[in-house]
Amino acid sequence: MSGPFARGASTAAEVAGRHADSVDRDARFPAETFAALKNERLLGAMVPRDFGGEGASLTDMAAVAHALAQRCPSSGLIFAMHQIQVACLVRHGQGSAWHRDLMARLAAEQLLLASATTEAGIGGDVRSSACSVEGDGDGDDGGFRLEKQATVISYGVEADAILVTARRKPDSPPSDQIIVPVLKDQLRLEAIGNWDTLGMRGTRSIGYHLRAEGVRAQIMPLSYADISAQTMLPVTHILWSSAWLGIASDAVARAGAFVRAEARKRPGTQPPGARRLAEVTARLQTMRGMVRGAIAQFEEASGSPDRLTSMGFAVAMNTLKMSSAEMVVRIVEQAMLVAGLSAYRNDSPYSLGRHLRDAHSAPLMISNDRVLGNTANLLLAHKDNGSLFG
Amino acid sequence: MVSSDDIRDLLRDSGWLTVDASELSENDDLYAAGLTSHGSVNLMLALEERFDIEFPEQLLRRRTFESIGAIRGAVAGLLGGTAAA
Ligand SMILES: Cc1cc2nc3c(=O)[nH]c(=O)nc-3n(C[C@H](O)[C@H](O)[C@H](O)COP(=O)(O)OP(=O)(O)OC[C@H]3O[C@@H](n4cnc5c(N)ncnc54)[C@H](O)[C@@H]3O)c2cc1C
Repeated sequence: MSGPFARGASTAAEVAGRHADSVDRDARFPAETFAALKNERLLGAMVPRDFGGEGASLTDMAAVAHALAQRCPSSGLIFAMHQIQVACLVRHGQGSAWHRDLMARLAAEQLLLASATTEAGIGGDVRSSACSVEGDGDGDDGGFRLEKQATVISYGVEADAILVTARRKPDSPPSDQIIVPVLKDQLRLEAIGNWDTLGMRGTRSIGYHLRAEGVRAQIMPLSYADISAQTMLPVTHILWSSAWLGIASDAVARAGAFVRAEARKRPGTQPPGARRLAEVTARLQTMRGMVRGAIAQFEEASGSPDRLTSMGFAVAMNTLKMSSAEMVVRIVEQAMLVAGLSAYRNDSPYSLGRHLRDAHSAPLMISNDRVLGNTANLLLAHKDNGSLFG
Repeated sequence: MVSSDDIRDLLRDSGWLTVDASELSENDDLYAAGLTSHGSVNLMLALEERFDIEFPEQLLRRRTFESIGAIRGAVAGLLGGTAAA
């Protein structure tokens, strides 16, 4: 990769690669990767310079997530999930003193942020909450309490803070939500599940009974509906897709290495997998173009709440998620056909077993069926304007 | 012409809100009253049918449906008239 964060990203990616097998085998948090990322000051990179960060863009962070995922997809996905929370804080927290302080700490201490949106009985319907903010204190100094059956929180115990969604008040409807960053020392997490999964094992996405206490000033001022539409939803789909693209890129790179090794053994004859390699390379290019296009679309719209909350933009970001989640699985499968048994083995340099297992998390991380249903609903109203450049 | 009560009636009969629409003022936040993005799409379709109008793409955003007043303004604009009280 190139750009201002290339050197730091490649150092961290090299560390991630060295530990990827044990992270996967033992389903453990990739602590070495995150020590390296902290050391390279990449966790707080999106914090503006005024608050001590590097003022990195989403494009920069997508490139880092992609680079990490090529070597260790769990590391890439955790980095993506962390930066999603950072983006919400940076884009919607600058008007409040509590959030400005957190941003400064994020940059100074390179804090790791996690997310608790998923809830028992609600699943991946992120725009609904059952739990609510409680406590009678009013005003910024008033206290609040929050209890959530958070069925999936990746790296919950390793995180320094967790952004939690909840209904605004005990009598609010499920869709009237807020989001609040809760610091580690304001949290109690009681594990209610385990994380022994097919793939993305290093994310340790365990379920917790979460109890938090804090002050009202730490509730993000903008409603979660707006934060979700303007930032969380598009940034999530872009950064997840960037991590998945990293898996696909590495799968095709391994397939390519296999074909070249075969070609060297018999110069002059095209190895049998070569045509399959051309085919899967075409698909990888399509996926890369799609991810890059979505990043450009976000960067163009990023200063305009009106454009970000338009239906057309939501349709574009939803379709990115669905398509890239399908494509990563398909690309790894096709790459496996290129190298055949060498890719199927777990003990070969061309192995794609972990890639395949990790890739299969993509379509069900917020189920593609759910996203399809939401998009179908938007299309009852949205009319594509039919122009090439929007 | 479109009045706030026309919109209130439509909202009350729809089931898209978790509160009684008759009690909502002109500027109350409909999203705080339970309107979801799914609900707002159906609300738009119902408005198109009821007033024989078509919402252009630039009006298809959250703000257009955030309150009875906002909806009345948008519908009145599309009817080519001025908003009734
Ligand atoms: C690796 C990984 C890490 C994660 N990390 C976190 C995290 O840190 N924090 C967090 O909060 N969550 C996390 N999640 C959870 C994730 O955000 C989703 O909540 C989870 O994937 C379940 O989403 P769902 O919509 O499939 O779930 P459910 O709502 O439980 O749905 C289950 C199934 O029902 C079907 N279904 C449900 N609704 C619809 C619909 N409307 N239309 C059609 N079919 C439907 C689908 O087939 C779906 O797969 C993580 C998930 C994964 C895989």
